[in-house]
Amino acid sequence: MESRNNNHRFEFYGEGIPGVELSELRGRLIVIEGPDGVGRSTQVSMLKPWLESNGHAVLDTGMTRSALAGKGIKQAKAGITLGPISLTLFYATDFADRLENEMIPALRAGFIVLTDRYIYSLIARAIVRGLDRSFIKACYGLALKPDAVFYLRSNVGGLIPRVLSSPAGFDYWESGMDMHLGNDLYDSFAEYQSRMLSVFDSMIDEYGFEVIDATQPIDVIYRNLQRRIGRHLRELY
Amino acid sequence: MRMYGDHEFPGKLFIVEGIDGSGKSTQLSLLQQWLRREGYMVFFSEWNSSPLVKETTRRGKRKQMLTPTTFSLLHATDLADRIERHIIPPLKAGAIVLADRYIYTAFGRDTARGVSPRWVRELYRFAVKPTIAFYFRVPLDVSLKRILSARAGLKYYEAGMDIGLSDDLEESFELFQGMISRKYEEMIDEFGLRVIDATRSIEEQQNEVRAIVERELVDVPKRPLPTRPTMNFDLEEE
Repeated sequence: MESRNNNHRFEFYGEGIPGVELSELRGRLIVIEGPDGVGRSTQVSMLKPWLESNGHAVLDTGMTRSALAGKGIKQAKAGITLGPISLTLFYATDFADRLENEMIPALRAGFIVLTDRYIYSLIARAIVRGLDRSFIKACYGLALKPDAVFYLRSNVGGLIPRVLSSPAGFDYWESGMDMHLGNDLYDSFAEYQSRMLSVFDSMIDEYGFEVIDATQPIDVIYRNLQRRIGRHLRELY
Repeated sequence: MRMYGDHEFPGKLFIVEGIDGSGKSTQLSLLQQWLRREGYMVFFSEWNSSPLVKETTRRGKRKQMLTPTTFSLLHATDLADRIERHIIPPLKAGAIVLADRYIYTAFGRDTARGVSPRWVRELYRFAVKPTIAFYFRVPLDVSLKRILSARAGLKYYEAGMDIGLSDDLEESFELFQGMISRKYEEMIDEFGLRVIDATRSIEEQQNEVRAIVERELVDVPKRPLPTRPTMNFDLEEE
């Protein structure tokens, strides 16, 4: 019924989710990825009103907020009671719940789904904690391939100002303290995030990330994202 | 990260599988008592019992918010937690771990719900391969008679109501159990399940199970609890 959408079709990374008719998904899926403190949520909060002012309906979403597993994950992290495999699978449950109950219905309704993180952060966390790459990849075979993945790339030094601008300072999990990498939060943060960055970098080609230099000022990054997203959405006008 | 078949431990893992009403839990409990009496360290782990995940599963079931995919992932999370916490450490310590239901329950149920067989098998690759996986095979009409006469009420997911087989709870349960039973049959060769004829007497089944288990225990250390009193009520020494 809409000729403009004829050549757009979603695919799953792997086995996918039973019962989802891909041809019914008319929206677009745009992902902002990158490490902790790189400024993803700032960009999402600017991009959403911009897209809406251009006439797009937007669903913005992020990690660990699903109605099903969000609460359990928060409890697990508070008590640090889950091992690396179970935490990975708990995250995958949370992701699947949001994919099936938020993102896919929005895509079906023709929304632009703008997500702060997607499977890549979850994959990176698992790989840094020693899980097998092929295992993680197979788990996330349930995910939809996004229309675009913008990887906000920085270095460890570039992440610290934003982390310290929050009253809580260095966070236990963002510092990978469960991995016992350093004597204090700073040492651990630096080591953990540098490992995360190298895993993110290793995924650029495999998942077709569009790399954005996130050491630049916020407004430069924002204009860069606007330009690139605009290109992806041109066919919708 | 060690995968299915790669683990090596001094302990042993015995698991039981079968549809509801096959009598597997009774058999496992009898096996547990015998092993304890023989002086082995025994640790018991039950399907879907990790405290943290259980709460999420309970909420998901109560509010009927689980899809086949999240149902599958939550149960995998539960087993991963138990593997990391309750199964691997005792196996390392040389204990015998007994599990009521294991990954084959997930393969049967989840694929009956339409989840991809390949995906769900990948999902559980972290699992320790059991020393022996017993499959208690029972004709559907026998197990249904046992279950439906003993139970107050069937539950929504247990009866497979979520996949819309029938509006009637009991009919849906019967159809769902039949589908799972066929999945078990397909898994016998794939995973080398040890089939036990669950239509025979409890005693006959238990004797067979004990004989099979005993052969695997040659180099397993016996370490009875030092504080336990010796109870000599079984006089028929063999």
